[in-house]
Amino acid sequence: MPRLKSVPAVDLDEFVEKVIGLYPAKVAKKRRKHIIVREPSEEQQIEANVRTVPGIITQRGCCYAGCKGVVIGPIGDMVHITHGPIGCGFYSWLTRRNFFRPRENGHNFLTYCFSTDMQEEDIIFGGEKKLRTAVEEAYKILKPKAISIHATCPVGLIGDDIQTVAREMSAKLGISVLAFNCEGYKGVTQSAGHHIANNNLFKQVVGRDDVPQDGFTVNILGEYNIGGDAWEIERVFDKCGIKALSTFSGNGSIDEMRMSHMADLNLVMCHRSINYMADMMEKRFGIPWIKVNFIGIKAMAKSLRKIAKFLDQPAFSDRVEKVIAEEIAEAEAGINPYRERLKGKTAALFVGGSRAHHYQDLFRDLGMEPSIAGHEFAHRDDYEGRKVLPTLTVDADSRNIEELHIEPDPERYRPRKDNEALEGLKAEGVVDSYDGMWPDMGSGTLAIDDISHIEMEMLIKRLKPDIVCSGIKDKYVIEKFGVPSKQLHNYDYSGPYAGFRGAVNFAREIDMMINNPAWKLLKAPWETGPTLTAELGKK
Amino acid sequence: MTRKEAKPPYVSTTNACKLCKPLGACLAFRGIEGTVPFLHGAQGCATYMRRYIISHFREPMDIASSSLGEKQAIYGGGPNLKQGLKNVMDKYGAKIIGIATTCLTETIGDDVPMILNEFRQEMAKQRGKKKELPLLVSVSTPSYSGTHIEGFHAAVKAVVDQLAINAGFIESINLLPGFLSPVDIRYIKGILEDFALSGIILPDISETLDAPARRDYEKIPVGGTPISDIRVMGGAKSTLEFGRTLFHKDTPGKLIAKRFMVPLHQIGSPIGLRESDRFFAILEELTGRKSPKKYLYERGRLIDAYVDGHKYVFGKKAIVYGEEDLVVGITAFLAEIGIRPVLCASGGQSGRFREAIEEVTASLLPAPPIIHEGMDFYEIAEEAEGCAPDMIIGNSKGYPLARRRQVPLIRVGFPIHDRFGGQRILHIGYRGAQNLLDRIVNALIEKSQEASPVGYSYM
Repeated sequence: MPRLKSVPAVDLDEFVEKVIGLYPAKVAKKRRKHIIVREPSEEQQIEANVRTVPGIITQRGCCYAGCKGVVIGPIGDMVHITHGPIGCGFYSWLTRRNFFRPRENGHNFLTYCFSTDMQEEDIIFGGEKKLRTAVEEAYKILKPKAISIHATCPVGLIGDDIQTVAREMSAKLGISVLAFNCEGYKGVTQSAGHHIANNNLFKQVVGRDDVPQDGFTVNILGEYNIGGDAWEIERVFDKCGIKALSTFSGNGSIDEMRMSHMADLNLVMCHRSINYMADMMEKRFGIPWIKVNFIGIKAMAKSLRKIAKFLDQPAFSDRVEKVIAEEIAEAEAGINPYRERLKGKTAALFVGGSRAHHYQDLFRDLGMEPSIAGHEFAHRDDYEGRKVLPTLTVDADSRNIEELHIEPDPERYRPRKDNEALEGLKAEGVVDSYDGMWPDMGSGTLAIDDISHIEMEMLIKRLKPDIVCSGIKDKYVIEKFGVPSKQLHNYDYSGPYAGFRGAVNFAREIDMMINNPAWKLLKAPWETGPTLTAELGKK
Repeated sequence: MTRKEAKPPYVSTTNACKLCKPLGACLAFRGIEGTVPFLHGAQGCATYMRRYIISHFREPMDIASSSLGEKQAIYGGGPNLKQGLKNVMDKYGAKIIGIATTCLTETIGDDVPMILNEFRQEMAKQRGKKKELPLLVSVSTPSYSGTHIEGFHAAVKAVVDQLAINAGFIESINLLPGFLSPVDIRYIKGILEDFALSGIILPDISETLDAPARRDYEKIPVGGTPISDIRVMGGAKSTLEFGRTLFHKDTPGKLIAKRFMVPLHQIGSPIGLRESDRFFAILEELTGRKSPKKYLYERGRLIDAYVDGHKYVFGKKAIVYGEEDLVVGITAFLAEIGIRPVLCASGGQSGRFREAIEEVTASLLPAPPIIHEGMDFYEIAEEAEGCAPDMIIGNSKGYPLARRRQVPLIRVGFPIHDRFGGQRILHIGYRGAQNLLDRIVNALIEKSQEASPVGYSYM
């Protein structure tokens, strides 16, 4: 009988039956496959990346959100134009808190929100003309080196040809104009938008500028610089002598992405949103990739060691070890005051397509138990590892997103390691490998994919986590249950949480939330029961 | 200053000063008892609007979605809508489901009222007529026409249109406040109570979007306009509707007047002393009572503060932007305290913005401000170049402008996501004017204090 350490009274198998009992038989049968009580000795398969049930209040976003909001939006020296009515552009205007540091030309366009603001006549007569004007106006105002165009739902429906507009405007203005057909109704979640963004960046940006690089250079893929995460990673990299040539796409620069194919190695943070890029860059340019996790002290150290192992130079490895020792000592001293108060507390993580995995390491650093987790828009490989990729079936939703066929570039393909060394690294799981969340979810932990509101409610009531990590949409629901909720999308307007110093920030904030004295004040001293039950206020 | 008529010539929108239409509808639905707002479209709309509304209110804001995909975009969203409604019915216990359309479903032309009729019939067959369905209210909100404010009023109108009847005369008035803050609505409720006037306030977000901590969680927040009240609005003795830019429109108030012969009083949002006076004058008229002493004191204290604060604010120049009726109200208030509104801008395009501002500033301003509908923040910033404002008044989206011009931003309206307590900003009535005045005076004092090389503490 699997049980969580924190609530030994609850049999998890029984709990799962109760959860799916919330649904009518047909839905219950489907939902059952999304919930796994972990037993590492078995090959466990989880259902993921399937369409949301209408009317179930979901955490998930749309294709546009994944493309413009997540992958392309953070590129700071580019102007991003939303082609559509005003909402989509407005809602994705800086809301993810990706930071950007301008490069030499001083360009930082992240604070701008460009939209064609389509009106009824554009829907009827077509919006291409307005889009052309919008591109011209944006160019006139800001003189960017590149502009992106993002389609919202009506654009695809009325048949605006944004690719042609992009080509024409690119020729006319002499800058790069990228068009993304990321209409919100495409695919299952924002994950579809990630893929579309990856494809276009790869086709039109990567490999366009052959600038030879000195030293050991890497690209950081799938790091979005929320709350300044990328800068903490950079700080540590500088100490180690690792040069980040480009980041996709937090603090990302289009110029740097254009030369990213010159790097020695790709580091993949968010596997879900960027694995396509890593894979395509390897096939065309010969850059191997390593799955890293910079969230958590031990995870950061482990990731640095993986990089050292790849480079395989004793001097570099020594330098990395020195940095690790120094940084760990500092971070441990920073975390120690909180550890006693957090020890043994349970965290539930329901967020994103990678974060619910990444933050487990950090919670373990704090002595907590991240024993309940699930993604919002992940695929099976994010849970079970890339070994399942060949077995994933193509369905109506995935078929509509282009799968690029990549051949080695005749001039630019350059093996970064000799074949034998590379095969060795692959065999050890250092290179080109991601085992997903499963290896970190031990016996008697619980995974729930795409959790719904009503499931969350039962989970909080019965499994009583001490903190639930989620996003802004669930945060205040969870807190109405009296359980603190940490936003792992926008970090509750805080951060950085990555790297060694980020871990200390995180520890301080988790302690602050779990041990917030306000939770104890709910009952007024003259009340025998809770002051305000939901019954009060009802007629 | 000369009045500029020409609006800047941009076709695209850069840094919009408006949000989209279905968002406004969801906000209005959230102010009705037992209602789950439901967006018929791709799921991203619900997600984006939820996250945006939540960042202002810091409260749960659940919006269901029919989650249309590519297939439904081609073949129609009816089946998804029906399935979604069923789930919201069964899982959330909604008393009303407020269904708003999105660009997707408007563009493909889903006939929502028809789908809802089918759904009602199917449900009656499946579940028997005895089992009561939640009320289904639908509103058409394509975001390619109008802003969140049009969406808000459209939803209120749809609710009235589809639910209100005349079940006999009631000793109540209907009060249609428009989009105000939760604390504004709470204040209005208090005022009506003090007048011993029973009022049906639609919508009422005072509890649903600023809820107390409770021991138990409710899937649908407690509060909102009671459905039983909405039902009988047709029998009310009169309707009071706020918003000068609505005077020429087909408003929910006009619908009630036309259909049920309920007399309608349209006044401006009661922001500032004179607009509040108009509100109280109507309450006196409707009740035949004098304003309670408490409000005379509030009014008296406000005038006292106008005098005390005059030296700090007189002759200062302000840019005001945001939702049209909010801007009209704030401008009315500024004019009476001696601040010169130099630019009044809104992303909305009611067609009555200018007229409304002229009405409330007539005889008070030496020169009318520049007034523009359909503006974005890029255009506001360009216009600001010639205005030399001392302060900027509006939502958080004006922060970059305030920063560039190094003048204080007085935050009012929605969205406010760079300060705490946006849901508790009091704008209306004498107390609201007092609050605005205190904040403006203090912002100006703070600025001059910080600019001092010495740093005097006695200002």
